[in-house]
Amino acid sequence: MDDDILNEFLVESREGLDQLDVDFVVLENNPQDKDTLASVFRTIHTIKGTCGFFGLTALEKITHAGENLLVMLRDGVMVLDESTTSLLLEMVDAVREQLETIAETGSEKTGDYHSIVNRLEQTTLECTMRAANKNTQSNNDPCADSDNMNHVEVDTEYSADGDTESVALDDEMMEVVKEFLQESNENLDQVDSELVELEEDPENRDLISSIFRSIHTIKGTCGFFAFSNLEKVTHVGESLLVKLRDGECRMTEDIASALLGMVDAVRAMLDEISENGSDGKNGYSKLISTLVELVENGVLQRIEDKNTDSADAKLNANSAESLDEGVIVPSDKVPPGVSESILDGKASTEPQNQKAIAKPETELGRKKIPANVVEASIRVDVPVLDSLMNLVGELVLARNQIGELVGTHENTQVIAATQRLNLITSELQEAVMQTRMQPIHSVWAKLPRVVRDLSRSCGKKIRVEMEGKSTELDKSLIEAMKDPLTHLVRNSVDHGIEQPEERIAAGKPEEGVLTLRAFHEGGQVHIEISDDGKGINTDRIKQKAIDNGLITIDHASTMTEKDICRLIFLPGLSTAEQVTNISGRGVGMDVVKTNIERINGTIDLDTKQGRGSIFKIKVPLTLAIVPALIVSTASQRFAIPQVNLIELLRIDEEDQENAIEYIQECPVYRLRGRLLPLVHLGNELRMDSQREGVLNIVVLQSEKNRYGLIVEHINDTQEIVVKPLTDALKNISVFSGATIMGDGRVALILDPHGIGHRAGVLGDNRNNDLAMQPGNDINNSGNRQTLLLVRTDDGGRLAIQLDKVARLEQFEKECIEYAGSSEVVQYRGQILPLVPVCEILEERRDVARHNQENTDKESAAPIQVVVFGKEGCQVGLVVGEIVDIVNESIKVRSKSSRHGVLETATIQGKVTELLDVSIFLQRSESLAEAAREVA
Amino acid sequence: MNSKSIQKYCTFYLDKYYFGIEVEKVQEIIKYQQITSVSLAPLVIKGLINLRGQIVTAVDLRCLLELPEREEGESPMNIVVRTEQGAFSLLVDRIGDVLELSNDCFESPPDNLKGMSRTLIRRAYKLDCALLLTMEVDKIVSADVLNSISVAA
Repeated sequence: MDDDILNEFLVESREGLDQLDVDFVVLENNPQDKDTLASVFRTIHTIKGTCGFFGLTALEKITHAGENLLVMLRDGVMVLDESTTSLLLEMVDAVREQLETIAETGSEKTGDYHSIVNRLEQTTLECTMRAANKNTQSNNDPCADSDNMNHVEVDTEYSADGDTESVALDDEMMEVVKEFLQESNENLDQVDSELVELEEDPENRDLISSIFRSIHTIKGTCGFFAFSNLEKVTHVGESLLVKLRDGECRMTEDIASALLGMVDAVRAMLDEISENGSDGKNGYSKLISTLVELVENGVLQRIEDKNTDSADAKLNANSAESLDEGVIVPSDKVPPGVSESILDGKASTEPQNQKAIAKPETELGRKKIPANVVEASIRVDVPVLDSLMNLVGELVLARNQIGELVGTHENTQVIAATQRLNLITSELQEAVMQTRMQPIHSVWAKLPRVVRDLSRSCGKKIRVEMEGKSTELDKSLIEAMKDPLTHLVRNSVDHGIEQPEERIAAGKPEEGVLTLRAFHEGGQVHIEISDDGKGINTDRIKQKAIDNGLITIDHASTMTEKDICRLIFLPGLSTAEQVTNISGRGVGMDVVKTNIERINGTIDLDTKQGRGSIFKIKVPLTLAIVPALIVSTASQRFAIPQVNLIELLRIDEEDQENAIEYIQECPVYRLRGRLLPLVHLGNELRMDSQREGVLNIVVLQSEKNRYGLIVEHINDTQEIVVKPLTDALKNISVFSGATIMGDGRVALILDPHGIGHRAGVLGDNRNNDLAMQPGNDINNSGNRQTLLLVRTDDGGRLAIQLDKVARLEQFEKECIEYAGSSEVVQYRGQILPLVPVCEILEERRDVARHNQENTDKESAAPIQVVVFGKEGCQVGLVVGEIVDIVNESIKVRSKSSRHGVLETATIQGKVTELLDVSIFLQRSESLAEAAREVA
Repeated sequence: MNSKSIQKYCTFYLDKYYFGIEVEKVQEIIKYQQITSVSLAPLVIKGLINLRGQIVTAVDLRCLLELPEREEGESPMNIVVRTEQGAFSLLVDRIGDVLELSNDCFESPPDNLKGMSRTLIRRAYKLDCALLLTMEVDKIVSADVLNSISVAA
């Protein structure tokens, strides 16, 4: 078997199957949709025809059975219901499975396909029975390779029906027909040239197969549209091709001519259809009988060819006449015997005839075809587009160069010409990009099927809605979006939307809705996947994240809902109680995010408990040419993609002293009340950069973190053409590529994410970064806050937010009484439980020694107590010493290693731990409770 | 003399050595170009050059073969080679002739060669005037080789 042809078939069929998935789901919702039915029918039929060609019997049987069932649907004998859809989808799967097996092993999978075939046949049979009862005639097998003459006769009877039917084509159908015509015309042109080639090279199986498929597709489709004349002609032509394919007869001039004649006839009929909506009344009986003759006597005839050189001129004239004038000679009036005898005689002269006749017909025909049918679109190989894109990229570079050269020029004409060049280049760039654009529908297409299958397997009812199907984005991006989208949709179906009972109980419609939206905004493509399901349970995520050690409890308490939601993008987090075979292993969202980031996109989500969630993806329109900011450091230029750019800051020399603060060696800048970590580009790249003068900071966003990149100069913005780096350089994460600047020099493109990672301002200390998010940062409110500084028993410094403190008290040692095991004091008419700091903070010292120290102190001085809480349920924290009250902004240094401590910071230049008051209150509540009970 | 297989080599000089690479791999030879250095890159990668809109990675063969650095003011020549990894430019001191050598006048390099030289030098042709050491281009530009030096250095 020829691998190339087979591969082509496999690729084509897979595409077809993907389309089928969509179509069936559409059909199920709208069984009367003729367009879709037509499309389904054609696809199955093409596959069937081709596997017939390859001798793939199992596949052929499956598709044949499926096709029969589709005929029923087409003829309106039965209406598509859920079980039928499922059956048909099963068939699609069976076909797909077969294709995979063929792709792997080169041969079909035998066995276990009988069940599906049987069920399909069963359903078809049931329908036929029902139909027969209604006395409806159904043509359930338009393409069985039965006896050809009989078939022709049967079909002729049908032609009357066919004509009326086709006249009645409605507008909707006309659209489909138009598409069919365009496709067929393309195919025919190809067949023409292929036939000629084949004549030269009769052994070329590629050619035969290609011709076969083209003809077969036309045949299959016209069967669907009930263009019976067309079907007849193509059918016999096909039969002849089968002979050729099977090697039962060899390609001869006669056969070639006859086939070319057929092509012309088909073309003529197509023209007819495009004008009148029917395939005309010309039965082409002569042509058919010629073809039939060739089919039946192909071998025999070749021998006769040589013998009977003298042609029957009369017959020639006859046949020419009949075809020329389009005289109707219904084939049923020509007894098989007669046609055979005629053909025997005239076979050798047939070619000339055909040629002579065919010519005027085609010329005439071509003129008649409306232009819009023929060349509304052309197919272009992707590599051609790629090279076109590259060339435009070069042109953009050249334009930039010229722009730079002309910048100082005084000749207005040169300037005007440059401006024109500028404009044209931009437009050209846009137009070329347009050619690479594909509607997002091409990725979405397979999603309804995914949803349908999944929802059925989990017993849910889900409807898919799509908005902005025609939103276009670059082909390479489309490819990259495939997996993430599928994953998100799966997630929504599996985790988002609830079971029908749950939904009803929650007062929602039984049927869940999954909405896919796509639109352009701000030079980016936005894709949203939303469901009206139960939303994301943030508490559970929080718990999971804590359990898995992704965040700490203290940290979790300071996070906003939104930040918690974003945790699902961390690797290793899944909230699914059960790991299903669909999702829940906690790797998915991480991968989704990585994939989207790889194409410079971002993903975010919103969720409302009980109302649903929405995932928002933003991806750039294209990857090849991006707007970028050009900066320079150490006399080298770098490009920063503008997607990552937030703002530019400039700090004058005299202000630098105050504006840039340092936490150890790490510079930070207060940007509108938030600490912005700063990264020196020169340092990161190990280059000597100057530190004097004006400070230029480029504020960059990477993932959810922001940081400031200090560069020497900020030059300008430019459209740059991204060129990949060689493999040896790819592992340098700070560069994402290179580009050529206006002066012809190469500049590197910085990867903000890579730089951030390298500098350590993101990634590893993720927790720290989260703490610095707005709304997350406890210091955010007003930036400065008032803190109570105390010394703990072990000599450490502890800061407590003063606004959480009720009072500061001093108790004599004698006042301490005991309630159970806990210390209490009588305080303002109530019992105040005392909690030593060491009970809240996990002291690193050993307990015995600590207690010893504690008692020593107690004997000496009164104890210092910080009172928390409201009147009636207060609790006192026993501290070593009250040091100071300060009003300071906290420069966050790091997370604390201790439980009960929010974070560690430098206050008054000394390392100080910030007490987590909420945890303290929780811990002491039980003590307070116990104390009151005793009282 | 058995002349059934003849290989053409593009020859060049590095320090005091005479090297050759298969001539089929050579796209062109150009003068020294402005190089944009790539910080953090392996040492052997001198940077990137713009060859008529195509970005070409420049590899310093002296550095790769652990030879002493070129003297100040001496600008190297670029041999642009086509490889499976795309185009590379090999920085060499001086370009020699293209030599046609039959496949029977070479020996394997001595086993006591060290480091990268041992990995890269394939054949030693015994010419009248000198020894011509030949290398395989695809080997030179493989990411492994380029990165291995930076680790060693």
